[in-house]
Amino acid sequence: MPVNTKAIGKKYEPTNYAVGREKIKEYARAVGETNPLHLDEKAARDAGYADVVAPPMFAVVYSSPSVAPSLFDPEVEMNFAMMVHGGQEFEWGPVVVAGDEITTTASVKDISERDGRGYYVFESVSLNQRGEQVCRGTWTNIVRGV
Amino acid sequence: MADLSAGAQIPEVRVTPDKYLTNRYAGASGDFNPIHIDEEFAKAVGLPGRILHGLWSMAQVARAQTEAAGGPATLKRLSVQFRGMGVPEQEVVVTGTVRESTGGHVIVDTVAEQAGNQIIRNAEAELQV
Repeated sequence: MPVNTKAIGKKYEPTNYAVGREKIKEYARAVGETNPLHLDEKAARDAGYADVVAPPMFAVVYSSPSVAPSLFDPEVEMNFAMMVHGGQEFEWGPVVVAGDEITTTASVKDISERDGRGYYVFESVSLNQRGEQVCRGTWTNIVRGV
Repeated sequence: MADLSAGAQIPEVRVTPDKYLTNRYAGASGDFNPIHIDEEFAKAVGLPGRILHGLWSMAQVARAQTEAAGGPATLKRLSVQFRGMGVPEQEVVVTGTVRESTGGHVIVDTVAEQAGNQIIRNAEAELQV
């Protein structure tokens, strides 16, 4: 059965995420970061940042609220039971610090089929309160037996 | 900053996720998929037990790059493929080799493995130093 490609290009409502100092620290500790820029606001300020700096992979935290609804969109018809997160790419701009307000918009970038597998590719674009692109994410999910 | 000339190996990151790591990462990231936090659920869907979040493992790969290059602002791009399954309480080892290095722009081929199995493969990092 061929995959349904009608959702390609679909965009979702932007989500806003207010980056909190303690959330950055909680995330940094969970992934084993020891750089004081992530854990100590004084060290971050001494280095010229307004507040603690988010590790690059914190992009997961501020962009997921936008990406998650696209994965569950019935129009995308992605079979979760047979799905694995196959690949991920992030491209970063200026660093995110506590106090930033991040707006993320998700879209369906591509849906295709190869060798009986469906490839569902989503994109997230995240801007800070100054309109600078802080991250672009490409989320690839693979569904077996389409 | 580590040696990031072409052909250099970046310093390894070795980390053993403890028994409760997946719970802490679930809370920190917001990903509460029960395959990561519920042993019985994971087994019921055919997994060996709870598995690591792929994005936690990717964060270890990211950390290896930023520790080598001197901080969070150096990492400009990271793309990975998730393969196999990471499990708690077994050491994860991130290694990488500099493929290109020109004018402060560095490309690193990098992987994460656990007990000899690559859990992140074909990863490519772009650094600006």
